[in-house]
Amino acid sequence: MTVREALEIVAPHLRDQICVHSNGYMSRAAFGVRDTEACFYMIGSMGLASSIGLGIALARPERGVVVFEGDGNVLMNLGTLARVASAAPGNFVQLCFDNRAHASTGAQPTISDQVRLDEMARAAGYRRVGRVETAGDLEREIPAVLAEPGPSFLLVRIELGPDGPPGPRITHTPPEMTARLRRALGAAS
Amino acid sequence: MGRGEVAVRFVDGLVAAGFDFFTGVPCSLVKDVLAELDARGLYFGETREDAALGVAAGAYMAGRLPVVVMQNSGLGVSLNALGSLHLLYEMPCLLLVTWRGMDGQDAPEHLVIGDVMPRLLDLFDLPHRAPRVEDAARDIGWAAETIRARRKPACLVVRPDLFA
Repeated sequence: MTVREALEIVAPHLRDQICVHSNGYMSRAAFGVRDTEACFYMIGSMGLASSIGLGIALARPERGVVVFEGDGNVLMNLGTLARVASAAPGNFVQLCFDNRAHASTGAQPTISDQVRLDEMARAAGYRRVGRVETAGDLEREIPAVLAEPGPSFLLVRIELGPDGPPGPRITHTPPEMTARLRRALGAAS
Repeated sequence: MGRGEVAVRFVDGLVAAGFDFFTGVPCSLVKDVLAELDARGLYFGETREDAALGVAAGAYMAGRLPVVVMQNSGLGVSLNALGSLHLLYEMPCLLLVTWRGMDGQDAPEHLVIGDVMPRLLDLFDLPHRAPRVEDAARDIGWAAETIRARRKPACLVVRPDLFA
C-alpha cells in the first residue's frame, strides 16, 4: 500500500473533520485525493502538524480533528505525543503513514524501523492506539478510529511509492488556506 | 505597585485587548504572569516554543487570538515556525518574549541571543516594543492593533525589571 492508496481508503470515511496535513509528499498526496474547505496543508514548519491539530482540537472540542503525518514529522516533534496524551482531547486523531523514510527529500531512512512510534504513543497515554499493515486492515480499522473518543494514534505501514511526488503541489496560497480553514471553523474573517 | 500586581494588571490588559488563548514555555522573568494565567485556567504549557507556536496557529484558525510566552532562547527555536507558518500563512499572535542577556548582564548562555534579539526581530519583520511598567497598557493595545491589522505576529519584549 502506498501513501496514495492508503489515503484513498481513508477519504470516503471523512465527513466534516478538520484535516491537517504535514509538509512534503504527505500534503501533496492528500491534496490529490481529497480537497475540501476543511483541509489544511502545512507546506513548511516540519513537525508542527500535530501541534496545529492540537490547537484546533483544544479550541473547538466539539469538532473532529484528523492529523495526517509521516514518520519523519512525528519523529521531529515527539514532545507533542506527550502533550497530546496529557491534554487528552477526545476529538483528536493522528494518522501516521510510516514508510520508514523521508520520502520527500530522496527517501533517506528514518529510524521508525527500530523505534515503534505506535508504542511511543501508547506509552505516552493516547486513549486509542492501533497499527495496520495492509489495505484490508486499514479499511476495517478506520471507521472505529474516526468514530471513537480519542486521542487516537493509528500507525499505517506503507511502502515507499514510486520515485517522484505522489500528487501536485498545493495550488491554494497559504493565506487562502488560513482563511478557508477559519471559514470552515466558523471564525470571523 | 507590589510584586505580582504588575503581572495581574498585565494579564487584565491582555484579556481586555481580546487575547484569549495562552501557551508557551516558561521563563523566570514572567513567572508571576504565568501564575496568574494558570490561576485563571487560561494557560496551556507546551514542551517547546515552536510546538507552542503550532498550537497557537491552530487556535487562531479556530477563532482565538493567541499569546505565546517564551524566553528569548526560545526565539531561536521558533524561527522556522515564524517564517514558514505564521508569517507565510498570515496568522497573527502576540509573542511575549523575555529579554535575558539585556545589556550583556546575565548568565553566559543568554549573552549572544540577548545581544542580537532586537536585530533578529527586525530581520524577521516582527514589530516589537519593550515597555516599561508605565507603558505596558499602552503597548498591549499597540500590539493587539498591530497584529490584527497586519495579520502577522508582533512581539512585546519583557525587560528583566518589568515584573520584578
